Amino acid sequence: MNNPAAQSKTFTESINEALVQAMTLDSQMICYGLGATDPKGIFGTTLGLEDKFGKSRVFDMPTSENAMTGVAIGAAIDGIRSVTTHQRLDFFLLALDQLVNSAAKWFYTYGRPVPITIRLIMGRGWGQGPTHSQNLHAWFAHIPGLKVVMPSTAYDAKGLLLSSIFDPNPVVFLEHRWLHNSVSDVPDGDFRIPIGKAKIVRPGKTVTIVSMSYLVVEAMLAADYLNKHGVECEVLDLRTIKPIDWPAIYYSISRTGRLLALDTGHLTGSVAAEVVARVTQHCFDQLKAAPRRLAMPDVPEPSSPGLTKGFYVRANHIVSEICAMMNLSREICEGAPIEPEPHDVPGNWFKGPF
Amino acid sequence: MGFMKEINNDFNVRIALNIWKNIYLIRSVEEKIAKKYPEGKMRCPTHLSIGQEGVPAAWSECVRNNDFAVSTHRGHAHYLAKGGSLNAMLGELYGKVTGCCRGRGGSMHLVDTSVGFMGTTAIVGNSIPLGVGLALSAQLKETDQISCIFLGDGAVEEGAFYESVNFAVVRKLPVLFICENNLYSVYSPLSVRQPKDRNISAMVNAMGIQTSFGDGNDPMAVFDIMTKSVKCARSGEGPFFLEFSTYRWREHCGHSYDNHLNYRSEQEFEEWRLKDPLLRLEKQLFDKDVTLEAILVQKRMLIDHEIDLAFQFAEESPYPEASEAYTKVYADE
Ligand SMILES: Cc1ncc(C[n+]2csc(CCOP(=O)(O)OP(=O)(O)O)c2C)c(N)n1
Ligand SMILES: [Mg+2]
Repeated sequence: MNNPAAQSKTFTESINEALVQAMTLDSQMICYGLGATDPKGIFGTTLGLEDKFGKSRVFDMPTSENAMTGVAIGAAIDGIRSVTTHQRLDFFLLALDQLVNSAAKWFYTYGRPVPITIRLIMGRGWGQGPTHSQNLHAWFAHIPGLKVVMPSTAYDAKGLLLSSIFDPNPVVFLEHRWLHNSVSDVPDGDFRIPIGKAKIVRPGKTVTIVSMSYLVVEAMLAADYLNKHGVECEVLDLRTIKPIDWPAIYYSISRTGRLLALDTGHLTGSVAAEVVARVTQHCFDQLKAAPRRLAMPDVPEPSSPGLTKGFYVRANHIVSEICAMMNLSREICEGAPIEPEPHDVPGNWFKGPF
Repeated sequence: MGFMKEINNDFNVRIALNIWKNIYLIRSVEEKIAKKYPEGKMRCPTHLSIGQEGVPAAWSECVRNNDFAVSTHRGHAHYLAKGGSLNAMLGELYGKVTGCCRGRGGSMHLVDTSVGFMGTTAIVGNSIPLGVGLALSAQLKETDQISCIFLGDGAVEEGAFYESVNFAVVRKLPVLFICENNLYSVYSPLSVRQPKDRNISAMVNAMGIQTSFGDGNDPMAVFDIMTKSVKCARSGEGPFFLEFSTYRWREHCGHSYDNHLNYRSEQEFEEWRLKDPLLRLEKQLFDKDVTLEAILVQKRMLIDHEIDLAFQFAEESPYPEASEAYTKVYADE
């Protein structure tokens, strides 16, 4: 079972592998979503599943997000695990009733577990615009009874998806579209990364950068740059935002005394806000500077590339926050890596439209 | 010859020419978008209506300027058919400040309130209740406007659809639900989403609403059905639901063809291509009067020129200032 071989895989391949692994381990598990069996297989993540596991376990669905979420819950309270997928988080908003009023409450009220995993993909850039780009993970994290996972690497994606699927609770599993083509070494076979555990992706002793999902990429760029100027950032990847790994954050702050909390969602009511609040309460005496945060502005994401220039949190924004926090020179601040051209794609691999 | 005359008996050339013009405009705009989309300057998800022009083109001749309309992610045709500004639509696709949303929305967010086109939304089923709300407003204000709601076969699967039809029936609202059934939702055929012999209009009829079904690629037939149902909705008889069969030629989203993905057969595609609403109407016109061929040549040139100018306008328009993104989030700003 624990095959130690690890090969370089993309995020989407890892998701696919985790699904195959889980459906092999649990012969009752089902997997469905709009496009789950179509030729593109949800960005490749569900390709081949129908052939391997059959039409009764892997299927497309009507454009009925709310009902189909309830269906997963109903099957789950009779012991059927499921992974359902939505190509954008925004489409899943129709299903908030089932998620919040049933999935999150069922175990609390009736004592019967709801082992469902809901994969939501969050878009960004290339004209996705106001309703194809929302990062509303903070909403989900606000709901007691839900777990919320936001991996940043292919490795974590596989290990965390397997843990999510076999978790007895409803898990919202959030994939940033800009990470889908990222590559890391990922073990074959079954391996699990525990839900609720953050990871130090870069150790450092001067500033703690708390990040998640795609922002880990930008945080690392900023940390690499600042390191050249003698500022050692510790980059923490939350990986799970509900529950959050508070001990890991507090421990890091106890060594750095400084916090910059990042968030891929809007600033107000963000997870970054929660991180700053708890660190302030818990680590007040250890703080050498006022905690800071960086998130998307409290504005919908517009479609035009003219309007999204400089709109996203980038490495240079992170650098300037840290420069301000530490009174670093203007040269350091201004030399930071700037937003690449074109600014609205994650790399050459992304040709639009989704 | 006598036979020809007979089938063309109540064929109204003036109306047919207007509908032809609408189809030709929509087709040509969409074709030009398809041609230029790979340049990467229209950076937004774009759903073309090529092959589906028959319904909006005929509808256009049945509604008034102040009637309301809302539509979906695939909304270019409806916007243009309602008389929406071509410059503002292309400006929006190019993300320019001259766009109908000043670049905030992109292709899936078209609006031109000066012609009653109140918006398109990118979430399936989302605009259906909005259209019902517009009809409620018309009823409350005692105007004689109707509200037209475009939707796809996929939207019929959303709860909001049934809730909206129900309310429209309860309150006898002046609504026209117009379902363009193109057999697919993205790459998912009806067979994986709805029962095999489902007849959407018959099912909806059971909700207590008048319904009709028609061939969406026969523009003159669409016109007849539309005329009757618009009259009905406007006269206070309550809402009307229309289902039209049609077919999208290009890929679900983007400029290209996607038959190679094998989610539908080349044969099916070719069959539908033969039902081209544009060619069909042109044939009807020429059968009626061969001299129209020369007239259409003229008209095509004029429309092509108008489209070229609109593309030039959009490409030359400036982007909005990046700082605009942070303004006007609230109506009282
Ligand atoms: C609520 C929701 N679910 C899924 C999607 C993704 N999506 C975009 S267009 C589309 C197809 C809808 O099919 P239909 O209503 O038949 O319209 P068509 O594209 O065929 O014109 C889907 C599923 C969405 N935008 N919103
Ligand atoms: Mg359709």
